[in-house]
Amino acid sequence: MSNGGGSYNAQNDSRAGSTGEPDLGTEPTGGFFSADYKKHDDLKQMLDSNKDNLKLEAMKRIVGMVAKGKDASDLFAAVVKNVVSKNIEVKKLVYVYLVRYAEEQQDLALLSIATFQRALKDPNQLIRASALRVLSSIRVPVIVPIMMLALKDSVVDMSPYVRKTAAHAIPKLYSLDPEQKDQLIQVIEKLLADKTTLVVGSAVMAFEELCPDRVDLIHKNYRKLCNLLVDVEEWGQVVIINMLTRYARTQFLDPNQQDVIADEDKNFYGDEDEKDSEEEEEDEEKEKTPPKKPYMMDPDHRLLLRNTKPLLQSRNAAVVMAVAQLYHHIAPKSEVGLVAKALVRLLRSHREIQHVVLSNVATLTTIRKGMFEPYLKSFFVRPSDPIHVRTLKLEILTNLATETSISTILREFQTYVTSSDKDFVAATIQAIGRCASSISEVTETCLNGLVGLLSNRNEYVVAESVVVIKKLLQMQPDSHSEIIQHMAKLADTITVPMARASILWMVGEYSDRVPKIAPDLLRKMAKNFINEEDIVKLQILNLAAKLCITNPKQTKLLCQYVLNLAKYDQNYDIRDRARFIRQLVSPAGEKGALGKHAKKIFLASKPAPVLDSSFKDRDQWQLGSLSHMINQQASGYSPLPDFPAAAPDPTVRNVEVPMPWAEKTHKKKAGKPKKEAFYSDEEEESESESDSEESSSSSSESGSESESEDDSKSESGSDKDKKSDEEAESSSSSSSESESSSESESDSESESEPDTKPQKKAPPPKTKSSTKPKKEAKQEVSLLDLDDKIKENGDSIPSQAHDEKTDHTLLDTEVDVSSTSAPVPAPASALDVLSPSLASDLQGLSINDKTDTAISVTTPMFVSTTSHELLHRMTGEGLSANYRFTRGTCIYSTSMVPVELTFTNHTDSPVSNIRIGDKKLQAGMTLQEFPEIPSLPGGGSMSVSIGIDFKDTIQPANFQICTQDRKYNVSIKPPVGELFQAVTMSEADFTAQQSKLTGMNENSGKVSIPSQHNNSKTITARMSELANVAPVSSSQDGIYRFAGKTVSGGTLLLITVKVGEDNSASITVNCELMAICSMLVKEVKQKLSLA
Amino acid sequence: MIHSLFMINSAGDIFMEKHWKSVISRSVCDYFFEEQQKANSPEDVNPVISTPHHYLIHIYRENIYFVAVCTTEVPPLFVIEFLHRVVDTFTDYFGDGGESAIKDNYVIVYELLEEMLDNGFPLATESNILKELIKPPNILRTVVNTVTGSSNLADTLPTGQLSNVPWRRAGVKYTNNEAYFDVIEEIDAIIDKQGSTVFADIQGVIDCCVKLSGMPDLTLSFMNPRILDDVSFHPCVRFKRWEAERVLSFVPPDGNFRLISYHVGSQNMVAIPVYVKPNISFREGGGRFDVTVGPKQTMGKMVESVVITCAMPKVVLNMNLTPTQGTYTFDPVAKVLTWDVGKINPQKLPNLRGNISLQSGSPPPESNPAISVQFKIQQMAVSGLKVNRLDMYGEVSKSSPKKSFTFEKYKPFKGVKYLTKAGNFQVRT
Repeated sequence: MSNGGGSYNAQNDSRAGSTGEPDLGTEPTGGFFSADYKKHDDLKQMLDSNKDNLKLEAMKRIVGMVAKGKDASDLFAAVVKNVVSKNIEVKKLVYVYLVRYAEEQQDLALLSIATFQRALKDPNQLIRASALRVLSSIRVPVIVPIMMLALKDSVVDMSPYVRKTAAHAIPKLYSLDPEQKDQLIQVIEKLLADKTTLVVGSAVMAFEELCPDRVDLIHKNYRKLCNLLVDVEEWGQVVIINMLTRYARTQFLDPNQQDVIADEDKNFYGDEDEKDSEEEEEDEEKEKTPPKKPYMMDPDHRLLLRNTKPLLQSRNAAVVMAVAQLYHHIAPKSEVGLVAKALVRLLRSHREIQHVVLSNVATLTTIRKGMFEPYLKSFFVRPSDPIHVRTLKLEILTNLATETSISTILREFQTYVTSSDKDFVAATIQAIGRCASSISEVTETCLNGLVGLLSNRNEYVVAESVVVIKKLLQMQPDSHSEIIQHMAKLADTITVPMARASILWMVGEYSDRVPKIAPDLLRKMAKNFINEEDIVKLQILNLAAKLCITNPKQTKLLCQYVLNLAKYDQNYDIRDRARFIRQLVSPAGEKGALGKHAKKIFLASKPAPVLDSSFKDRDQWQLGSLSHMINQQASGYSPLPDFPAAAPDPTVRNVEVPMPWAEKTHKKKAGKPKKEAFYSDEEEESESESDSEESSSSSSESGSESESEDDSKSESGSDKDKKSDEEAESSSSSSSESESSSESESDSESESEPDTKPQKKAPPPKTKSSTKPKKEAKQEVSLLDLDDKIKENGDSIPSQAHDEKTDHTLLDTEVDVSSTSAPVPAPASALDVLSPSLASDLQGLSINDKTDTAISVTTPMFVSTTSHELLHRMTGEGLSANYRFTRGTCIYSTSMVPVELTFTNHTDSPVSNIRIGDKKLQAGMTLQEFPEIPSLPGGGSMSVSIGIDFKDTIQPANFQICTQDRKYNVSIKPPVGELFQAVTMSEADFTAQQSKLTGMNENSGKVSIPSQHNNSKTITARMSELANVAPVSSSQDGIYRFAGKTVSGGTLLLITVKVGEDNSASITVNCELMAICSMLVKEVKQKLSLA
Repeated sequence: MIHSLFMINSAGDIFMEKHWKSVISRSVCDYFFEEQQKANSPEDVNPVISTPHHYLIHIYRENIYFVAVCTTEVPPLFVIEFLHRVVDTFTDYFGDGGESAIKDNYVIVYELLEEMLDNGFPLATESNILKELIKPPNILRTVVNTVTGSSNLADTLPTGQLSNVPWRRAGVKYTNNEAYFDVIEEIDAIIDKQGSTVFADIQGVIDCCVKLSGMPDLTLSFMNPRILDDVSFHPCVRFKRWEAERVLSFVPPDGNFRLISYHVGSQNMVAIPVYVKPNISFREGGGRFDVTVGPKQTMGKMVESVVITCAMPKVVLNMNLTPTQGTYTFDPVAKVLTWDVGKINPQKLPNLRGNISLQSGSPPPESNPAISVQFKIQQMAVSGLKVNRLDMYGEVSKSSPKKSFTFEKYKPFKGVKYLTKAGNFQVRT
């Protein structure tokens, strides 16, 4: 780089004469100009040459000029030609130049557009991205349509990097042509739906710049954003958190409201019942809790708080601050304290960061005192701190002062007072004054200390003390005449105007306490009146007037004298004041009406000043914002909205696929909420809640909050309802179950009965809306059938795989049958009850469809018949339990692994109330329990199915099985192969996906296969035995491919077995989950090498 | 977000400017200069300045002001943090981020700025990724470049940004695989005149130099992780594992990086390794200065590189001192006394004493100056933190004949070093 450096400095030298000038762009005349002109000439020559290094050299010098802020626009034509250069560095520098000057030379800039358009089609994603970046950066309005086209293409680009660049381009385009806003918002909507962490940060940034009010765009993406947040790059995190703060303010209820309105509630006690019924219809268990019920936080609200908490650990101060402000603005009071530690940590960082953090902490301390009290000592001032940091620290210490900590703080202040920095000392004295006024216990001590400072050698210290003492005395003027005397004496020596004025005011105000000194002081002042500062003169006049009223004998003449002097003062304020006082004190004629009240006017008792933190009013700004920093509204700042009084519909965040029937039910509900029986509503509600609970827990950590516990409790209750419903349905349709479920069936029927009545308004599911029940039924049937399968599995093993397959293909025909004649009780109600979970199920599928077009879930190749022991009959006292992985689709949720539990009663007496008790699951895991078995007769056995979301780990799920009087701890540890679902895909897809999963996502090993087993059948059989994967048709001999995806996360798993000569085989496993990768390789090796 | 960036040296020259949106005239910096004039020292300038149309947010590092111009609401920390990241990158590239380094490498600087920010929003800030996009200069490459006229830009384009390990570049290969961990702890303390501790605090960092081939997955565990009270992580650390098991599990970036920084809980008593016995007195026209340093709780380790600095009051003219060990200097302009003590020998305590001469006529200062102390103690982490073990996950078994790309077959050389030093260690006198 030595050559580059040389030229930069050379330029420096050539303009050495003008370096002092701030603006180098407008420059020389005469000789300089021609020299410059020539220099540009040789640059042009270099650019026109056909040698790359000459071009590069020229470009480097030009960039040097740009960097220096020197005008290089006359080279535009010469430079823009090189945009087609093959040399990457030349090209890059040309881009730099182009972005800088294209705006000024629009016509010429158009010449380069074709190059970018070509580059936008380049197979290399980075070239596409950089072309889009530059294209969108040259601010030439003519090309807006071209940019728009490019943008729309890039949004659907394969590469997330290009999509990210597209997100960045949106605000650029918008600033160029605001007319495009609507189109751009559509683009943003698309980008917001992106699931890549790389993209979402930038997408939200674009959202914030263009349409921060379009909350509706966020609803559907809210949970996704929360869950992805931890993995987004740090700058994106800041933007997302800020956006979510605002979102939460509009969508959730104030978590602290309960404390505030607690009292009011009692007054309205009588109204409660009336309200209740209405509220139940609106929003049963959610936000709008009737009084007395504890506030329940929206699970989405909790989700946000929980997912942002780990970010307090970020190394990036901006992220930490963003989380802190989020907690400050939307978290319940009790939880805000969490952020204090992280904020204090930031104080170790760079000075500028300290400054910003401290000013935010200062605001926080005015509102939440207790939060930072444990960290008091971290705010002690160090001599190395810059002045602005010191003042902020003082401010915070003062805010934090309480009865207990004041002694420590005052001791600390004492050392500050001796500092050599006068401004700082002054600030300290003011801080002492504030402590003294706010904490009455120490007022006396502080006052004494301050009086001690009056004899300080430094005048500024004394002056500041005087001013502060004056304020303090005003609060409790009694019994301090000594101090007043002492201060009156100071008037001889002190020269600081503010302090002199303070003394005069005080002597005048409390002249009755120093009757002898006051007139004397006035005499001295009168002598020197003309040399005083204006502020002092005004106070002399005041003093004169007050004395004249209280002690006219001694001071009348003096007062006249002073007034006369003031009459001819240069300052009109003083002349005015003099005239005004003269009329009051010694009116020319007879005593005027005002004169009588002079005493009242001058000597009325004045309210003591309130010494408040200067950060008190900063509360109005969003914490951490620029506006907060400068304490005024920055352009583009939008104030945080207040929490809504009633919660907006929380269901908007449920992710659904737009389906005609879904829309319909939705509308219906919104249209006439009151007429609907609240039962169906409640079901709906609980559904959605459990839904969100699943998603929220999916990325949760260990932190156990009381509230979330409450949540899950109430939910498990509602879950049970739902489940028994489903169960009932399945049992009635399969009509081959034990008594217990038929019991619950009757239950569910009675439940759904009231439901059917209001439903009558909707057309019965026959002709018109035939699509509706069809789809519904389709899904239902498939689920139910699977359910059946799970139950029958025990006996019908051999043709299992085959059965399932036909099932799958025949679904459509079955659908019709079931929609017309399926013995489903009260289909309408079932529809309502099931729809959200179905919707989310379908959603899960459709997302996968979108991402990997040709990959679809298929039925398992093989279903194991061996079951594992869960509870031995010895330990279970006669009750034994086995579990088996059925490899079907879980009826509860697509992210769960279905497990079949078989209970056998080995005793003679029935065992009753078999159910799942406490669950001790790893963070994130969920377990869907089976409906309680009321009774298992002696010698009988029964199978139930549960669903476990293992979160793609092989962590065991620990839970309890409870009977009426006993509890047994059991645990299910999934073999790694059971975490998958078989998927089918084409060979091409397989290789394409495999190429994406290289590097650390690939793991391989070698094994030798016994020759008798070295055939495709055995290998395929063994593989599908080992893991729930489906074979991929292969065009090559000796290569076997298998594909699957994890049940919970939908992560793709690709296994390749390449059989070489002499029975050796190489195994390659590709999967994003590295742990699973390596485990599988090991297991595959074992399995294949079995003799 | 960030609209423009100006770099201003200590002489007040705007020596580089970069605009990410339309061009903003450099006259906007006049507001900054105005503010700078008011400040006593360069550090005292308020980092956030509001002007009628723009907001200036700056940092001061390496004697340069980096002034970012914003036009709309933006979290100030966002900008400040980014600017620091920019300077960090410069330091990483050029060895230091000073003015001459920036001027010497202005093309790279410009290219870096172009990559790091797009339309005012950060694009690529990870050093590993940037280094793949733009190769850092080194002497050999400079020579080669001058001869062949080739460039600093990478021929191959990076893949890291696109993988799910955005901080690590792919295809790393070393012949010597090594991983070094430096546990560095700093003691912040304020000691009062009597020698008692007003405030003490331990802040630590673990800096790593990891040169491992392939995609290593490392696990670092501590003997006593409970000591760590508050930790902030490099993005590579898996937070959940830390929460659950208190181990650091990560795929490291290539090269040097800071793995974690932590704070040791204040409930632990902090062992103060040195004491300072100052005795400073002033009288009319002069004064006495007598300072002794000694080891306190050092756990048998040697206290090294002890430096004592003291900013004397403005009225001090000169100092005439005699050290029993080391050398001292007094800067009569800045009025700073620096005493380079070196190692402390417990048998013979270092002492510095002598006379102070004051400006004649001016009254002696009332307060004594504060003394700040620097020291180092090797092979000790004052909090007692100990690394238990470092594991590399996924090392391929020996039997596997095929050389897998993912997990190279090698035994890395691992090393952990402990160091304790003084952070903001201040003694009031």
